[in-house]
Amino acid sequence: MSDTFLPVLAGYAEGNDVASPSTPRNVPYHGGPTNPSAEALRAQFGDAIHRVDVVWGETTVYVERGRVAEIVRWLHDDPQQRYDYCSDITAVEFRDLERPIEVVWHLRSIPFRRFIRLKTLLFKGEPLVVPSVYDIFRGADWLERECYDMFGIRFEGHPDLRRLLMWEQYKEGYPLRKDFPLRGRFSRSEQLRQILAQNPEAKYSMEELSVLEAFDELPSEMRQRLGKGERVGE
Amino acid sequence: MGLDTRRVETGVEMNPSSQESWVTTRLDFLVNWGRANSLWPMPFGTACCAIEFMATAASKFDLARFGMERMSFSPRQADVLICAGRVPFKLAPVIRRIWQQMPQPKWSIAMGACASTGNGIFDNYAVVQGIDTIIPVDVYVPGCPPRPEGLMYGIMMLQKKVMSERMADKSLRNEMEPDPKSQLYIPPALIDQVSENFGNSVHQTRSGL
Repeated sequence: MSDTFLPVLAGYAEGNDVASPSTPRNVPYHGGPTNPSAEALRAQFGDAIHRVDVVWGETTVYVERGRVAEIVRWLHDDPQQRYDYCSDITAVEFRDLERPIEVVWHLRSIPFRRFIRLKTLLFKGEPLVVPSVYDIFRGADWLERECYDMFGIRFEGHPDLRRLLMWEQYKEGYPLRKDFPLRGRFSRSEQLRQILAQNPEAKYSMEELSVLEAFDELPSEMRQRLGKGERVGE
Repeated sequence: MGLDTRRVETGVEMNPSSQESWVTTRLDFLVNWGRANSLWPMPFGTACCAIEFMATAASKFDLARFGMERMSFSPRQADVLICAGRVPFKLAPVIRRIWQQMPQPKWSIAMGACASTGNGIFDNYAVVQGIDTIIPVDVYVPGCPPRPEGLMYGIMMLQKKVMSERMADKSLRNEMEPDPKSQLYIPPALIDQVSENFGNSVHQTRSGL
């Protein structure tokens, strides 16, 4: 067995002189100890780091929109950071319409027991585009697709940016945006009419279903449709 | 309650004025008795109602007493579709396809408030407001989720319904697609217009935006 399969013990890169972690008490709302990675980011990227915030003991770094992929790549690769786990990618829109939409990356460094939250601001009127981190974390695939589905934020560089939760022909917009009505834009009967026109069999690509090996055993009609690259609709 | 002798309901009774003979009604009774006591359910569990459904099927409540212990996970061998839980729009074509794959005679139970009406709290862009907008429903079981006794009561009501079917009456098993030429057809736009006053409008949102 090669080294790559060895389990990564949390905190093993910190050295032996670091006390084992305990549940923090009396964490202030603002302030407190900052994640040392924030200073390292400032030293490395300078102007691309706009602001560092500590909220409830967790460090939030506001970064420049265009350089997110570069920053995440450095955090992932640098031997002093080693952020090897991307736990979440999401976005926040506020009811204050002047406030920009925030895109949020949650990164965790298991060897150093660190957590950092990257945020970037998408101002109103600007195109909702951010760089994708798919190349760095393969697990970002569905997170970015979900974010695209719910907020309409496009992740540049994502190889297969389709809707994840709603069906692919969903025409009503992006459900978690503040200008989206709770019950959708179309009437109930129109929503039902549109969804019942969908083909439930043809929602996923061959790769997603992992039926490539069983392709010859499929019914001929289905083989024909999948062979043409058809994925959805009737 | 419980002290008096309960009348045994056979459902099908001989009516001398009808054209049906004694033999037909007895045969009806026999067939219905067989059907009602071996309803094979097709469980379509999507949420917490499915947990109650599992409890109903387990030993304490023992669905096997109704001849339903055989869960039919293939719709082609099922008699009754039990939809337990909310159905999002993405599942709507799936449940419609399952219903179409079930052979006649077939029945369906909407278990719980979500499957029956959408449950109010799920009155949003993603959830079907009651599966009766997609497939015909025989019995609605209220509750959020209903207790196993509730589901069993619904099953007994369905058995009663099965027991009262007649072979002579073929109209029960007719399958109809909505026909725009029919007098009974209501166009979707009109349905929206009528239902708007009852809070099912798309214009009503909580945030006011």
